[in-house]
Amino acid sequence: MNIYISLNKSEKFDIMTAIVDIDTKRKMLFQLKRIRAVEETIAKKYSEGKMRCPTHLCTGQEAIAVGVCAALRNDDFVVSTHRSHGHYLAKGGDLKKMLAEIYGKATGCSGGKGGSMHLIDESVGFMGSTSIVGGTIPIGTGLGLSIKLNGTDQVSCVFFGDGATEEGVFYESLNFAVLKGLPLLYICENNFYSVYSPLHVRQPSGRNIFEMARCFGIESSKGDGNDVIDVYSIVSQSVDYIRTQGKPIFLEFTTYRWHEHCGPNFDNDIGYRTCEEYLWWRGKDPIALLINNIKNNNEIGDPEIKNIEKIITEEVNEAFHFAEISQFPHSEDAFTQLFKL
Amino acid sequence: MHRIVNYVKAVNEALHIAMESDAKVITFGLGVDDPKCIFGTTAGLKEKFGSERVFDMPVSENALTGVAIGASLNGIRPVMSHQRLDFFLLGMDQLVNNASKWFYMFGGKRSVPITIRLILGRGWGQGPQHSQNLQAWFAHIPGLKVVMPVTPYDAKGLLLSSIFDDNPVIYLEHRWLHNLEGEVPEGDYRVPIGKAHVIKQGEDLTIVSLSYMTIEALHAVDVLERQGIHCELVDLRTVSPIDWETVFQSVKKTGRVLALDTATETLSIAGEVVAKVSMELFDALKSPPRRLALPDFPTPTSLALTEKYYRRAEDIVNIVGEMLGNNLNIKEILDSRKSFHDVPGDWFKGPF
Repeated sequence: MNIYISLNKSEKFDIMTAIVDIDTKRKMLFQLKRIRAVEETIAKKYSEGKMRCPTHLCTGQEAIAVGVCAALRNDDFVVSTHRSHGHYLAKGGDLKKMLAEIYGKATGCSGGKGGSMHLIDESVGFMGSTSIVGGTIPIGTGLGLSIKLNGTDQVSCVFFGDGATEEGVFYESLNFAVLKGLPLLYICENNFYSVYSPLHVRQPSGRNIFEMARCFGIESSKGDGNDVIDVYSIVSQSVDYIRTQGKPIFLEFTTYRWHEHCGPNFDNDIGYRTCEEYLWWRGKDPIALLINNIKNNNEIGDPEIKNIEKIITEEVNEAFHFAEISQFPHSEDAFTQLFKL
Repeated sequence: MHRIVNYVKAVNEALHIAMESDAKVITFGLGVDDPKCIFGTTAGLKEKFGSERVFDMPVSENALTGVAIGASLNGIRPVMSHQRLDFFLLGMDQLVNNASKWFYMFGGKRSVPITIRLILGRGWGQGPQHSQNLQAWFAHIPGLKVVMPVTPYDAKGLLLSSIFDDNPVIYLEHRWLHNLEGEVPEGDYRVPIGKAHVIKQGEDLTIVSLSYMTIEALHAVDVLERQGIHCELVDLRTVSPIDWETVFQSVKKTGRVLALDTATETLSIAGEVVAKVSMELFDALKSPPRRLALPDFPTPTSLALTEKYYRRAEDIVNIVGEMLGNNLNIKEILDSRKSFHDVPGDWFKGPF
């Protein structure tokens, strides 16, 4: 049972800070560490040349995926972006099928037709990730429309970055969701860069994305995207609001990607961002923040954390092994599934 | 008992039947419930099925295409309508990057059963941005089906097939066909996607046509017949996938092919017909294949400027004459024209 304390993040939409129970913290710690382990193993093995597709790692940004998905139900929908590994895994997506997809294998979640940027696991409501900036914002909005038409109490959650809020389709979708009263949870992961272009060359200084969104008539708030407790706290209350009020919510979470935009390396030396900035954000490691919180409350001890790490290492190793030994699709399979027959 | 209705009514009947037989079918688009109801095609839908399932939309073509895709992923069958194809160009990102590829790129997980109705303009000063016939754009994208019904019978039967197809279908409806009358059965029937229609049999030459050009071709074929030339007229009905079997069968018989198109010539559907026939039936051809399409220019607006821009029955007759080495008479066609070249008939009073 979570207890909420008023924090008054927004004038209209009263967000409170939650005292999150230990079970939820334990699950979130597990997911944070699991996603980190997967991403860092990909980074380590990428140079082997077996994962032959553009791959965008979410190391450093895991808390948003984990905090949001911990507040969603299995039957809630999620759509995502090019940087979707964390969202897919946090929503409960099958790890083996994800890695097999990145390895281009027949056992991959998209049968090798998609790759890292096209993940899907409908059994857990992860309805797909695509690579064109802003591309799934209206698709998630349409899933929200289907929820309303079908009369269920699901929520449709859309993950996107700060860059996507510069696309026309973002405004079109927000307008439509407000107009129709759709059960939408819009999650803007603001990591301050679109590839190598910093926010300040793309949007006027002094703007807050979540405040701009509010002008559309959508309730909105902002949180620390590296603090999984903060994310979970805001999102769980937002999801309650969406389910009971049948209205959309817009949330902006600030965060930072550690790796280069696309690929396994670090690129702080090429000049678009400073090492100082990078190190400041490394100091806000989502995993360390949660562990500090847990230790300050004497909730989970080192032996349990070690045990979590051991379980994760075994699972991740097994999943990579599965991906590596899986068969490639037949070359003729390229000419299937153009249409549903 | 023949039941004669016009094209608009045929489209309208298909929408009513689809929405009645499946509660998951929805219809939206700018003007679907305004007093004009998209040239009458969506009349009565909102009254009958309610504003949850039939609604006007924001001027947000890209988002609403994406919304249609998203809704279709969870069991809804959206029919989106645009009064001109040209406006839908803003939705091409969602159509091309998402709708056409969703089934394929996720390994056959879930298809996108959406129907997008786009109306093609011609004449009456529709000009550069209200009369583009971009069927070749859509047909170029694997994963899309593209239909262009000509008769009221096909309009109804193909729209029902499109709506209940499990894949994205672009339904291209020519404005100049809206008043065309023809036999249309009551109730639900389907015209299969991907099947051409041999409208008229003949031995001398095959005319492969699509959309409104089939009407011009019908006039031409009649006139030619009176001059002793028997053309076979194949209406493609679906331009993706094209029914090559029917096309090839006809050209094998006649040895000559003229492909018609409502679009600009270069990289047109007509060009594809010529290419494919040349590749597959080279030895069967008695003369080089020809195509008749629009010049490679934007559509002009002025009555004076469109006179030589659009292609009509007399142009078809002239080309057939060239292909057969005959000097054919087009006077009969010219004499029979009662209205200006920029309208389909007296019924059309503009403005669009």
